[in-house]
Amino acid sequence: MIPKELISQAADYFPMLLRKPAPKYVSESGNRVYGMVAEFHETPKVYHAAEMVRDAGYSKWDVHTPFPIHDIESAMGMKTTKLPLMAGGAAITGVIIAILLQWGTTAYLYPTVVQGKPFDAWEPFVPIMFELGVLLTAFMCIFGMLALNGLPRFHHPLFSHERFYKVSDDRFIIAIESHDPKFDPAATRALLEKAGGTEIALIEDED
Amino acid sequence: MSAIHPDESLAQRMHGLQPGEQPSPRNTPIIPGTSDDGTLSEDPGKRAPCVLGDRSFEDVTNIVCGYAEAKMPKPWLAALTITSSIAALGTGMILYLIITGVGVWGLNNQVDWAWDITNFVFWIGIGHAGTLISAILCLLKQNWRTAVNRSAEAMTIFAVICAGIFPGIHVGRVWFAWFLAPIPNSNGIWPNFRSPLLWDVFAVSTYATVSLLFWYMGMIPDVATLRDRAYMRLTKGVSRPMAIPMPIGNDIIVPQLPKPDQIRVLVYGIMSLGWRFSSRHWHRYEKAYLILAGISTPLVLSVHSIVSFDFATSIIPGWHTTIFPPYFVAGAVFGGFAMVLWLMIPLRMILPNFSDLLTKRHLENMAKILLLTGTMVGFAYGMEFFIAWYGANEFEFAAFANNRVNPAKAPYWWAYWTMITCNVVFPQLFWFRKMRQNPLVIWIVATAVTIGMWFERFVIIVTSIHRAFLPGEWHMFFPTWVDILTFVGSCGIFMTLFLLFLKFLPVFALAELKVVMPQSHTHDDH
Repeated sequence: MIPKELISQAADYFPMLLRKPAPKYVSESGNRVYGMVAEFHETPKVYHAAEMVRDAGYSKWDVHTPFPIHDIESAMGMKTTKLPLMAGGAAITGVIIAILLQWGTTAYLYPTVVQGKPFDAWEPFVPIMFELGVLLTAFMCIFGMLALNGLPRFHHPLFSHERFYKVSDDRFIIAIESHDPKFDPAATRALLEKAGGTEIALIEDED
Repeated sequence: MSAIHPDESLAQRMHGLQPGEQPSPRNTPIIPGTSDDGTLSEDPGKRAPCVLGDRSFEDVTNIVCGYAEAKMPKPWLAALTITSSIAALGTGMILYLIITGVGVWGLNNQVDWAWDITNFVFWIGIGHAGTLISAILCLLKQNWRTAVNRSAEAMTIFAVICAGIFPGIHVGRVWFAWFLAPIPNSNGIWPNFRSPLLWDVFAVSTYATVSLLFWYMGMIPDVATLRDRAYMRLTKGVSRPMAIPMPIGNDIIVPQLPKPDQIRVLVYGIMSLGWRFSSRHWHRYEKAYLILAGISTPLVLSVHSIVSFDFATSIIPGWHTTIFPPYFVAGAVFGGFAMVLWLMIPLRMILPNFSDLLTKRHLENMAKILLLTGTMVGFAYGMEFFIAWYGANEFEFAAFANNRVNPAKAPYWWAYWTMITCNVVFPQLFWFRKMRQNPLVIWIVATAVTIGMWFERFVIIVTSIHRAFLPGEWHMFFPTWVDILTFVGSCGIFMTLFLLFLKFLPVFALAELKVVMPQSHTHDDH
């Protein structure tokens, strides 16, 4: 077994190594409480409700919507993702790989006379520099997006909520996690009710 | 049951949960006395609706998922039987070629590229419309693209698969095709990075990968919708058992096998990667989509430019032209849009409610793109000919006058004039509003353009090389039965893949369709 001190030291750098913190709230059946959800039926309503939750100071919460709602980022007070920067880095990496690959093989490893052109002419390398740059950017876009989203993932506590499955159709759900420092069963329920949410329910985390 | 919504009832009937023979689609608002479905307004101040019939989000989900959840329809099974037999025939031809050698094709000393490369350029060109619709029209904020982008992207993938076959097998000894990849090997040999043929390998493989990822990423939320619907049916106990369709009579029900919904939950569940429609996820997803659209735009232009370099960097009269990259790109978009229309117009007639999501306005917009790109292609044909004369290179001029255009001298004059008729003359019909608003006319023009674009590649490739500088090197090209059946087989592969896509995956981009509906706006005031 790995000594506990080592794990706690490593956890400074890799917080995911730590066991989940003790549940803040436990339901009557003894399961930890994941959070509280409320349903909305119309886009403007969920948009304004999101603004209310944001203004109430919550940080660990989310809006689940069947399609990306325009400008929900500002209604939720979300920070812009770093994905474009990561994609830019991938593009530069792709171009560098292409330069090294072509220049290394054509000028050094296997110099061959082709139409009397210089071995290290850069012009014919441009198309593949472009293609590899695009390829790595695309990989970073999709796999980086999934990684930042924590996907793929086999299960999530929200999937234990029967009504959550309507989100993929026409329902909007605001979910506030119990780990949010502002979370309080009574106050959060009151806030969601005030925001116009219906079918407010506690979600249990079955593990 | 009478209170149930027509679209939901249709989805249930298609899924076999409700009795009823003919699903009755909701009436689309057709303006009396015309064929206008209410989207053909020429008033620039009025935006034509993208979804007809005053649909709610739930209706759209029901319509689109209904196509994938329906019991396998008999006509679909019949079509699949035919196309997969043709695909098997094509596969047999490829195996025969590999076992016997490229001699089974009609190639000769002079014409060493013929139908193989014609088919390659034809298919890769068709693929370009999908990326154009999903990337360039996305950047230009053309909302109408949501009706066709998913199927056009699928078509791209399948066309690129067909395209990839031909350069792969035309190398002769297929087992040496790995020489194209820059892999360290004991011979110390590396590929020649100065050759456009190698650029082509990188361009086409990058294009195939990026298109596949783009298509898949767009499908993740919609596949998650299919997953959730199947799961809800399972928990409610309304799933139908597995039934094996029979050509005649009733299906055989096999309760021992897993229910289709159980398979759906598993397969769509894995494919959707646990997507839970979180707004924080959507935010990164939309950013990723935008960047992909941004990089796919130059990518799609680069791919066909590089394909054209295969010809343009040679010194063969008829190939050695600087106009090739833009000319090839315009032709690719032209041929690709024709194929999208060729596939979508029959579907619009057959599938219920399809015409409410793919309106006449969509068809008209695509017909306008056909007119634009067709005219660009026509301009390129003219300019090519003009430069052949104005450039005062007698070999270049002879390649056009004596090998292509002049019926008295050129043996392939019929191919050239078929190309001109199909690609330049037919799309000009779309200057008339009546013509570009008539689905049947659009379909006929799309058929002509598809034929014309195949002939364009044939004309460029074969007529340029069948006569070299010395008359002693003049040879005609005659396709063998293997040539013909391999091409027919590639069409079978394409259609088989497309039919499978129609049945098992969301045909419309569901989440994107919902975004262009008026209910998605966040403010009620406008």
